[in-house]
Amino acid sequence: MAKKPVLTAAEAAKMIPDGATIMCGGFLACGQARTIVKELVKLGTKDLTLIANDMARQTGPMGEEFFGIAELIHNHQVKRIIATHVGMTPEVGQQSTEGTLEVNLIPQGSLAECIRAGGAGLGGVLTPVGVDTLIEDSPLCMGKQRINGKDYLLMKPIHADFALLGTYKCDEYGNCWYKGTMRNFNVVMATAADTVIAECEYLVPVGEIEPENIHTYGMCVNYIVEGERK
Amino acid sequence: MDKSEIKAFIARRCAKELKDGDVVNLGIGLPTMIPSYLPEGVELIIHAELGIVSAGATPKEGDANFDPYHVIDAGGGVASVAYGGGFIDSATNFGLIRGGHVDACFLGALEVDAQGNLANWIIPGKRMPGMGGAMDLCVGAKNCIVCMEHTAKGNPKIFEKCRLPLTASHCVNKIITEMCVFEVNEDGLLMTEINPEFTIDEVRAATAAHFEVAVNLKSMLH
Repeated sequence: MAKKPVLTAAEAAKMIPDGATIMCGGFLACGQARTIVKELVKLGTKDLTLIANDMARQTGPMGEEFFGIAELIHNHQVKRIIATHVGMTPEVGQQSTEGTLEVNLIPQGSLAECIRAGGAGLGGVLTPVGVDTLIEDSPLCMGKQRINGKDYLLMKPIHADFALLGTYKCDEYGNCWYKGTMRNFNVVMATAADTVIAECEYLVPVGEIEPENIHTYGMCVNYIVEGERK
Repeated sequence: MDKSEIKAFIARRCAKELKDGDVVNLGIGLPTMIPSYLPEGVELIIHAELGIVSAGATPKEGDANFDPYHVIDAGGGVASVAYGGGFIDSATNFGLIRGGHVDACFLGALEVDAQGNLANWIIPGKRMPGMGGAMDLCVGAKNCIVCMEHTAKGNPKIFEKCRLPLTASHCVNKIITEMCVFEVNEDGLLMTEINPEFTIDEVRAATAAHFEVAVNLKSMLH
Protein backbone atom coordinates (compact mmCIF):
# COMPACT_ATOMS: atom_id res chain seq x y z
CA MET A 1 0.00 0.00 0.00
CA ALA A 2 1.48 3.28 -1.04
CA LYS A 3 2.18 5.99 1.43
CA LYS A 4 -0.02 9.04 0.90
CA PRO A 5 1.52 12.38 -0.08
CA VAL A 6 2.01 14.70 2.87
CA LEU A 7 1.28 18.32 1.99
CA THR A 8 1.54 21.55 3.89
CA ALA A 9 -1.80 23.14 4.75
CA ALA A 10 -1.05 25.87 2.18
CA GLU A 11 -0.40 23.31 -0.57
CA ALA A 12 -3.63 21.51 0.25
CA ALA A 13 -5.65 24.73 0.23
CA LYS A 14 -4.19 25.68 -3.18
CA MET A 15 -5.68 22.49 -4.68
CA ILE A 16 -9.18 23.79 -4.03
CA PRO A 17 -10.44 26.07 -6.82
CA ASP A 18 -13.03 28.84 -6.70
CA GLY A 19 -16.54 27.40 -6.86
CA ALA A 20 -15.59 24.07 -5.27
CA THR A 21 -17.96 22.07 -3.10
CA ILE A 22 -16.27 21.12 0.17
CA MET A 23 -17.41 18.81 2.92
CA CYS A 24 -15.95 19.90 6.23
CA GLY A 25 -16.00 17.43 9.08
CA GLY A 26 -16.39 18.85 12.53
CA PHE A 27 -19.03 19.87 15.00
CA LEU A 28 -18.58 23.44 16.17
CA ALA A 29 -15.09 22.96 14.68
CA CYS A 30 -14.23 20.03 16.96
CA GLY A 31 -12.78 17.60 14.45
CA GLN A 32 -12.36 20.21 11.75
CA ALA A 33 -9.37 20.74 9.44
CA ARG A 34 -8.85 24.19 10.91
CA THR A 35 -5.29 24.68 9.65
CA ILE A 36 -6.29 24.08 6.03
CA VAL A 37 -9.33 26.35 6.51
CA LYS A 38 -7.01 29.13 7.71
CA GLU A 39 -5.05 28.80 4.47
CA LEU A 40 -8.26 28.97 2.42
CA VAL A 41 -9.03 32.18 4.24
CA LYS A 42 -5.58 33.56 3.34
CA LEU A 43 -6.00 32.55 -0.31
CA GLY A 44 -9.45 34.10 -0.51
CA THR A 45 -10.82 31.15 -2.49
CA LYS A 46 -14.37 32.16 -3.33
CA ASP A 47 -17.86 30.98 -4.34
CA LEU A 48 -17.49 27.90 -2.17
CA THR A 49 -20.27 25.51 -1.26
CA LEU A 50 -19.76 24.17 2.26
CA ILE A 51 -21.37 21.01 3.56
CA ALA A 52 -20.98 20.75 7.32
CA ASN A 53 -23.04 20.20 10.43
CA ASP A 54 -22.66 23.86 11.40
CA MET A 55 -20.56 26.85 10.40
CA ALA A 56 -18.22 26.49 13.39
CA ARG A 57 -17.68 29.32 15.82
CA GLN A 58 -16.96 33.03 15.77
CA THR A 59 -15.02 32.49 19.01
CA GLY A 60 -12.98 29.40 19.93
CA PRO A 61 -13.06 27.48 23.22
CA MET A 62 -10.25 29.61 24.66
CA GLY A 63 -11.40 32.88 23.16
CA GLU A 64 -9.66 32.52 19.78
CA GLU A 65 -11.00 34.87 17.12
CA PHE A 66 -12.73 32.60 14.63
CA PHE A 67 -12.59 28.87 15.02
CA GLY A 68 -12.94 26.82 11.87
CA ILE A 69 -15.07 27.61 8.83
CA ALA A 70 -16.86 30.56 10.46
CA GLU A 71 -14.03 32.69 9.07
CA LEU A 72 -14.82 31.64 5.48
CA ILE A 73 -18.40 32.82 6.02
CA HIS A 74 -17.20 36.05 7.63
CA ASN A 75 -14.97 36.74 4.61
CA HIS A 76 -17.86 36.19 2.17
CA GLN A 77 -16.03 33.28 0.50
CA VAL A 78 -19.08 31.04 0.59
CA LYS A 79 -22.11 31.13 -1.73
CA ARG A 80 -24.06 28.17 -0.43
CA ILE A 81 -24.15 26.00 2.67
CA ILE A 82 -25.83 22.72 3.53
CA ALA A 83 -25.94 22.44 7.32
CA THR A 84 -28.13 21.51 10.28
CA HIS A 85 -27.53 24.32 12.75
CA VAL A 86 -26.11 27.81 12.34
CA GLY A 87 -27.16 29.35 15.66
CA MET A 88 -23.57 30.05 16.72
CA THR A 89 -22.74 32.01 13.57
CA PRO A 90 -25.27 34.88 13.29
CA GLU A 91 -23.34 36.02 10.21
CA VAL A 92 -25.01 33.18 8.30
CA GLY A 93 -28.49 34.53 9.03
CA GLN A 94 -27.38 38.01 8.08
CA GLN A 95 -25.87 37.01 4.72
CA SER A 96 -28.90 34.83 4.01
CA THR A 97 -31.22 37.80 4.63
CA GLU A 98 -29.03 39.98 2.42
CA GLY A 99 -29.36 37.33 -0.30
CA THR A 100 -25.63 36.68 -0.70
CA LEU A 101 -25.65 33.21 0.91
CA GLU A 102 -27.94 30.30 0.06
CA VAL A 103 -28.70 28.30 3.19
CA ASN A 104 -30.09 24.77 3.04
CA LEU A 105 -30.84 23.44 6.51
CA ILE A 106 -31.61 19.75 6.90
CA PRO A 107 -31.92 17.52 9.96
CA GLN A 108 -28.65 16.31 11.44
CA GLY A 109 -29.42 12.65 10.97
CA SER A 110 -30.49 13.26 7.38
CA LEU A 111 -27.28 15.15 6.64
CA ALA A 112 -25.19 12.28 8.00
CA GLU A 113 -27.22 9.67 6.15
CA CYS A 114 -27.33 11.58 2.82
CA ILE A 115 -23.54 11.85 2.96
CA ARG A 116 -23.30 8.18 3.87
CA ALA A 117 -25.51 7.40 0.86
CA GLY A 118 -23.29 9.58 -1.33
CA GLY A 119 -20.27 7.59 -0.25
CA ALA A 120 -21.93 4.19 -0.27
CA GLY A 121 -23.33 4.22 -3.79
CA LEU A 122 -26.96 4.64 -2.78
CA GLY A 123 -29.45 6.62 -4.83
CA GLY A 124 -31.07 8.28 -1.84
CA VAL A 125 -32.30 7.97 1.70
CA LEU A 126 -35.84 7.30 2.90
CA THR A 127 -36.32 8.87 6.30
CA PRO A 128 -39.40 9.67 8.37
CA VAL A 129 -37.60 12.76 9.67
CA GLY A 130 -38.86 16.00 8.14
CA VAL A 131 -42.34 14.81 7.17
CA ASP A 132 -44.88 17.65 7.63
CA THR A 133 -42.07 20.22 7.93
CA LEU A 134 -40.33 22.75 5.67
CA ILE A 135 -37.89 19.98 4.73
CA GLU A 136 -40.49 18.74 2.25
CA ASP A 137 -39.66 21.90 0.21
CA SER A 138 -35.87 21.49 0.50
CA PRO A 139 -33.94 21.17 -2.76
CA LEU A 140 -32.49 18.00 -1.18
CA CYS A 141 -35.92 16.39 -0.85
CA MET A 142 -37.26 14.50 -3.85
CA GLY A 143 -40.74 13.89 -2.48
CA LYS A 144 -42.71 11.75 -0.11
CA GLN A 145 -43.36 8.02 -0.19
CA ARG A 146 -45.74 5.91 1.83
CA ILE A 147 -44.37 2.55 2.92
CA ASN A 148 -46.40 0.19 5.11
CA GLY A 149 -48.72 3.07 6.01
CA LYS A 150 -45.96 5.43 7.14
CA ASP A 151 -44.70 8.53 5.33
CA TYR A 152 -41.03 8.98 4.45
CA LEU A 153 -39.09 11.70 2.66
CA LEU A 154 -36.81 10.68 -0.15
CA MET A 155 -33.60 12.65 0.31
CA LYS A 156 -30.83 13.05 -2.24
CA PRO A 157 -27.39 11.58 -1.68
CA ILE A 158 -24.70 14.20 -1.05
CA HIS A 159 -21.28 14.15 -2.69
CA ALA A 160 -18.56 16.79 -2.86
CA ASP A 161 -15.43 17.75 -4.79
CA PHE A 162 -13.35 17.79 -1.60
CA ALA A 163 -13.67 16.46 1.92
CA LEU A 164 -11.53 18.03 4.64
CA LEU A 165 -11.19 15.75 7.64
CA GLY A 166 -10.13 16.91 11.07
CA THR A 167 -8.37 13.93 12.64
CA TYR A 168 -6.17 13.42 15.66
CA LYS A 169 -3.74 10.76 14.47
CA CYS A 170 -3.14 9.85 10.88
CA ASP A 171 -0.59 7.27 9.76
CA GLU A 172 1.48 7.42 6.56
CA TYR A 173 -1.07 5.27 4.71
CA GLY A 174 -3.82 7.73 5.59
CA ASN A 175 -5.49 5.63 8.28
CA CYS A 176 -7.10 7.95 10.79
CA TRP A 177 -8.04 7.92 14.44
CA TYR A 178 -10.24 10.55 16.05
CA LYS A 179 -10.02 11.60 19.67
CA GLY A 180 -13.20 12.18 21.69
CA THR A 181 -16.00 13.85 19.76
CA MET A 182 -13.82 14.67 16.71
CA ARG A 183 -15.26 11.70 14.85
CA ASN A 184 -18.72 13.15 14.15
CA PHE A 185 -19.22 13.67 10.39
CA ASN A 186 -15.62 12.92 9.39
CA VAL A 187 -16.22 9.18 9.07
CA VAL A 188 -18.93 9.47 6.41
CA MET A 189 -17.39 12.47 4.68
CA ALA A 190 -14.21 10.49 4.07
CA THR A 191 -16.23 8.30 1.70
CA ALA A 192 -18.21 10.93 -0.17
CA ALA A 193 -15.79 13.26 -1.98
CA ASP A 194 -13.60 13.07 -5.08
CA THR A 195 -10.54 14.26 -3.16
CA VAL A 196 -10.15 13.59 0.55
CA ILE A 197 -7.60 15.50 2.60
CA ALA A 198 -6.97 14.38 6.16
CA GLU A 199 -5.55 17.01 8.48
CA CYS A 200 -4.10 15.49 11.62
CA GLU A 201 -2.56 16.72 14.82
CA TYR A 202 -0.03 13.88 14.77
CA LEU A 203 1.36 12.07 11.74
CA VAL A 204 2.37 8.64 13.02
CA PRO A 205 4.10 5.57 11.57
CA VAL A 206 1.96 2.83 10.07
CA GLY A 207 1.00 0.36 12.79
CA GLU A 208 0.71 2.87 15.57
CA ILE A 209 -3.07 2.90 15.15
CA GLU A 210 -4.18 -0.68 15.81
CA PRO A 211 -6.11 -2.22 12.92
CA GLU A 212 -9.21 -2.58 15.12
CA ASN A 213 -9.11 1.11 15.94
CA ILE A 214 -8.93 2.64 12.48
CA HIS A 215 -11.91 4.97 12.10
CA THR A 216 -11.22 6.17 8.55
CA TYR A 217 -9.39 3.79 6.24
CA GLY A 218 -6.37 5.01 4.35
CA MET A 219 -7.89 3.82 1.07
CA CYS A 220 -10.35 6.74 1.34
CA VAL A 221 -7.66 9.37 1.96
CA ASN A 222 -5.75 11.05 -0.89
CA TYR A 223 -3.57 13.55 0.96
CA ILE A 224 -2.36 14.13 4.50
CA VAL A 225 -1.66 17.47 6.17
CA GLU A 226 -0.05 17.83 9.58
CA GLY A 227 -1.90 20.71 11.20
CA GLU A 228 -2.04 22.53 14.50
CA ARG A 229 -1.86 20.58 17.75
CA LYS A 230 -4.24 21.20 20.61
CA MET B 1 -42.11 31.19 41.74
CA ASP B 2 -39.24 33.14 40.20
CA LYS B 3 -37.52 32.08 36.97
CA SER B 4 -34.86 29.84 38.50
CA GLU B 5 -37.39 28.21 40.84
CA ILE B 6 -39.68 27.50 37.88
CA LYS B 7 -36.92 25.78 35.95
CA ALA B 8 -35.85 23.69 38.93
CA PHE B 9 -39.49 22.76 39.62
CA ILE B 10 -40.02 21.56 36.04
CA ALA B 11 -36.70 19.70 35.96
CA ARG B 12 -37.55 17.96 39.23
CA ARG B 13 -40.89 16.78 37.83
CA CYS B 14 -39.24 15.63 34.57
CA ALA B 15 -36.79 13.50 36.54
CA LYS B 16 -39.73 11.41 37.80
CA GLU B 17 -40.34 10.21 34.25
CA LEU B 18 -37.11 8.27 34.23
CA LYS B 19 -36.12 4.84 35.36
CA ASP B 20 -32.76 3.25 35.94
CA GLY B 21 -30.84 2.55 32.73
CA ASP B 22 -32.94 4.73 30.43
CA VAL B 23 -31.15 6.15 27.40
CA VAL B 24 -31.97 9.84 27.43
CA ASN B 25 -31.23 12.82 25.24
CA LEU B 26 -31.42 16.21 26.93
CA GLY B 27 -31.95 19.42 24.97
CA ILE B 28 -30.10 22.64 25.71
CA GLY B 29 -31.08 24.68 28.80
CA LEU B 30 -33.66 23.43 31.27
CA PRO B 31 -33.42 19.74 30.25
CA THR B 32 -29.76 19.65 31.26
CA MET B 33 -30.89 20.27 34.87
CA ILE B 34 -32.89 17.02 35.00
CA PRO B 35 -30.04 14.68 36.10
CA SER B 36 -29.61 16.75 39.28
CA TYR B 37 -33.05 15.60 40.46
CA LEU B 38 -32.99 11.89 39.70
CA PRO B 39 -34.50 9.64 42.35
CA GLU B 40 -32.04 7.50 44.26
CA GLY B 41 -30.93 4.41 42.36
CA VAL B 42 -31.71 5.87 38.95
CA GLU B 43 -28.73 6.17 36.65
CA LEU B 44 -29.16 7.30 33.07
CA ILE B 45 -27.29 6.68 29.87
CA ILE B 46 -27.00 10.21 28.56
CA HIS B 47 -27.02 10.27 24.80
CA ALA B 48 -25.38 13.32 23.19
CA GLU B 49 -25.90 14.26 19.53
CA LEU B 50 -22.26 15.11 19.12
CA GLY B 51 -21.33 11.48 19.56
CA ILE B 52 -21.09 10.50 23.21
CA VAL B 53 -22.92 7.50 24.66
CA SER B 54 -22.91 7.98 27.51
CA ALA B 55 -21.88 11.48 28.51
CA GLY B 56 -20.46 12.18 31.95
CA ALA B 57 -20.28 15.21 34.21
CA THR B 58 -19.01 18.52 32.84
CA PRO B 59 -15.27 18.75 33.59
CA LYS B 60 -13.77 21.87 35.13
CA GLU B 61 -10.57 23.55 34.03
CA GLY B 62 -7.71 21.65 35.64
CA ASP B 63 -9.54 18.30 35.62
CA ALA B 64 -7.63 15.49 33.89
CA ASN B 65 -10.44 15.09 31.33
CA PHE B 66 -10.86 18.81 30.59
CA ASP B 67 -10.34 18.87 26.82
CA PRO B 68 -12.29 21.68 25.10
CA TYR B 69 -10.65 20.93 21.75
CA HIS B 70 -11.53 17.24 21.54
CA VAL B 71 -14.48 16.47 23.80
CA ILE B 72 -17.37 18.91 23.61
CA ASP B 73 -21.16 18.96 23.74
CA ALA B 74 -23.62 20.22 21.15
CA GLY B 75 -23.58 23.68 22.72
CA GLY B 76 -19.79 23.93 22.31
CA GLY B 77 -19.08 23.51 26.01
CA VAL B 78 -16.50 21.07 27.28
CA ALA B 79 -17.96 17.61 27.91
CA SER B 80 -16.84 14.20 29.07
CA VAL B 81 -17.58 10.55 28.52
CA ALA B 82 -18.97 8.62 31.47
CA TYR B 83 -17.22 5.57 32.92
CA GLY B 84 -18.09 2.75 30.54
CA GLY B 85 -19.28 5.10 27.82
CA GLY B 86 -17.94 5.58 24.32
CA PHE B 87 -17.72 7.84 21.30
CA ILE B 88 -19.68 7.33 18.10
CA ASP B 89 -19.84 8.89 14.63
CA SER B 90 -22.82 10.96 13.49
CA ALA B 91 -24.34 8.50 11.00
CA THR B 92 -24.33 5.62 13.48
CA ASN B 93 -25.48 7.92 16.24
CA PHE B 94 -28.50 9.17 14.34
CA GLY B 95 -29.26 5.63 13.26
CA LEU B 96 -29.65 4.90 16.97
CA ILE B 97 -31.94 7.89 17.36
CA ARG B 98 -34.18 7.16 14.37
CA GLY B 99 -34.14 3.46 15.16
CA GLY B 100 -35.89 3.95 18.49
CA HIS B 101 -32.93 3.16 20.72
CA VAL B 102 -33.30 6.36 22.73
CA ASP B 103 -35.94 5.99 25.46
CA ALA B 104 -36.74 9.64 25.93
CA CYS B 105 -35.85 13.08 24.72
CA PHE B 106 -36.61 16.21 26.71
CA LEU B 107 -36.71 19.46 24.85
CA GLY B 108 -38.13 22.95 24.97
CA ALA B 109 -40.69 24.45 22.63
CA LEU B 110 -41.61 27.73 21.02
CA GLU B 111 -45.06 26.23 20.45
CA VAL B 112 -46.63 22.86 21.05
CA ASP B 113 -50.19 21.84 20.22
CA ALA B 114 -53.04 19.53 21.18
CA GLN B 115 -52.11 17.07 18.43
CA GLY B 116 -48.60 16.70 19.77
CA ASN B 117 -47.06 18.82 17.03
CA LEU B 118 -43.94 20.70 18.07
CA ALA B 119 -42.36 23.89 16.77
CA ASN B 120 -38.97 24.80 18.19
CA TRP B 121 -36.48 25.45 15.41
CA ILE B 122 -37.32 28.55 13.42
CA ILE B 123 -39.15 31.86 13.55
CA PRO B 124 -39.38 32.79 9.86
CA GLY B 125 -37.88 36.17 9.10
CA LYS B 126 -36.48 36.50 12.61
CA ARG B 127 -34.29 33.62 13.69
CA MET B 128 -33.04 30.63 11.78
CA PRO B 129 -30.72 28.74 14.08
CA GLY B 130 -31.56 25.45 12.40
CA MET B 131 -33.00 22.21 13.66
CA GLY B 132 -29.76 20.44 14.49
CA GLY B 133 -30.76 17.01 15.77
CA ALA B 134 -34.20 18.03 17.08
CA MET B 135 -36.25 16.68 14.17
CA ASP B 136 -34.55 13.28 14.34
CA LEU B 137 -34.99 13.09 18.11
CA CYS B 138 -38.68 14.04 18.03
CA VAL B 139 -39.40 11.42 15.39
CA GLY B 140 -37.14 8.69 16.71
CA ALA B 141 -37.14 8.79 20.51
CA LYS B 142 -39.65 6.45 22.15
CA ASN B 143 -40.90 9.29 24.32
CA CYS B 144 -40.78 12.94 23.39
CA ILE B 145 -41.33 15.16 26.39
CA VAL B 146 -41.65 18.91 26.12
CA CYS B 147 -40.50 20.71 29.24
CA MET B 148 -40.96 24.44 29.29
CA GLU B 149 -42.47 27.41 31.06
CA HIS B 150 -46.19 27.37 30.44
CA THR B 151 -46.24 30.82 28.85
CA ALA B 152 -43.77 33.20 27.20
CA LYS B 153 -44.06 36.74 28.57
CA GLY B 154 -47.60 35.89 29.64
CA ASN B 155 -48.61 34.57 26.22
CA PRO B 156 -49.66 30.95 25.70
CA LYS B 157 -47.27 28.49 24.08
CA ILE B 158 -49.74 25.60 23.98
CA PHE B 159 -52.18 25.89 21.07
CA GLU B 160 -54.90 23.94 19.25
CA LYS B 161 -52.56 24.02 16.29
CA CYS B 162 -49.00 25.33 16.03
CA ARG B 163 -48.57 28.45 13.91
CA LEU B 164 -44.80 28.26 13.46
CA PRO B 165 -43.14 25.75 11.11
CA LEU B 166 -43.07 22.34 12.75
CA THR B 167 -40.10 20.43 14.04
CA ALA B 168 -42.15 17.24 13.78
CA SER B 169 -45.83 16.32 13.73
CA HIS B 170 -47.67 14.07 16.22
CA CYS B 171 -44.48 13.48 18.16
CA VAL B 172 -45.00 14.89 21.67
CA ASN B 173 -46.17 12.43 24.34
CA LYS B 174 -46.16 14.71 27.36
CA ILE B 175 -45.88 18.40 28.25
CA ILE B 176 -44.46 19.34 31.63
CA THR B 177 -44.66 22.97 32.79
CA GLU B 178 -44.62 24.79 36.12
CA MET B 179 -48.45 24.75 36.07
CA CYS B 180 -49.32 21.21 35.11
CA VAL B 181 -48.61 17.99 33.25
CA PHE B 182 -50.46 17.24 30.01
CA GLU B 183 -50.57 13.87 28.36
CA VAL B 184 -51.03 14.14 24.60
CA ASN B 185 -53.58 11.58 23.46
CA GLU B 186 -55.18 10.93 20.09
CA ASP B 187 -58.19 13.04 21.06
CA GLY B 188 -56.14 15.90 22.54
CA LEU B 189 -54.68 17.04 25.84
CA LEU B 190 -55.38 15.45 29.21
CA MET B 191 -54.25 17.26 32.34
CA THR B 192 -53.06 14.53 34.69
CA GLU B 193 -51.30 16.63 37.32
CA ILE B 194 -51.52 20.20 38.54
CA ASN B 195 -49.23 22.37 40.62
CA PRO B 196 -51.41 23.20 43.67
CA GLU B 197 -50.23 26.82 43.45
CA PHE B 198 -52.57 27.17 40.46
CA THR B 199 -56.25 26.53 39.79
CA ILE B 200 -57.62 24.71 36.76
CA ASP B 201 -59.12 28.02 35.58
CA GLU B 202 -55.70 29.65 35.75
CA VAL B 203 -54.27 26.85 33.62
CA ARG B 204 -57.13 27.29 31.12
CA ALA B 205 -56.41 31.02 30.92
CA ALA B 206 -52.74 30.31 30.14
CA THR B 207 -53.45 27.60 27.55
CA ALA B 208 -54.75 28.31 24.04
CA ALA B 209 -55.99 24.77 23.55
CA HIS B 210 -58.88 22.78 24.92
CA PHE B 211 -57.91 20.15 27.46
CA GLU B 212 -59.68 17.53 29.54
CA VAL B 213 -58.96 17.08 33.22
CA ALA B 214 -58.19 13.57 34.43
CA VAL B 215 -60.72 12.09 36.82
CA ASN B 216 -57.89 11.24 39.18
CA LEU B 217 -56.05 14.56 38.82
CA LYS B 218 -52.92 14.49 40.97
CA SER B 219 -50.70 17.10 42.53
CA MET B 220 -47.37 17.68 40.78
CA LEU B 221 -45.76 17.73 44.21
CA HIS B 222 -46.33 14.02 44.85
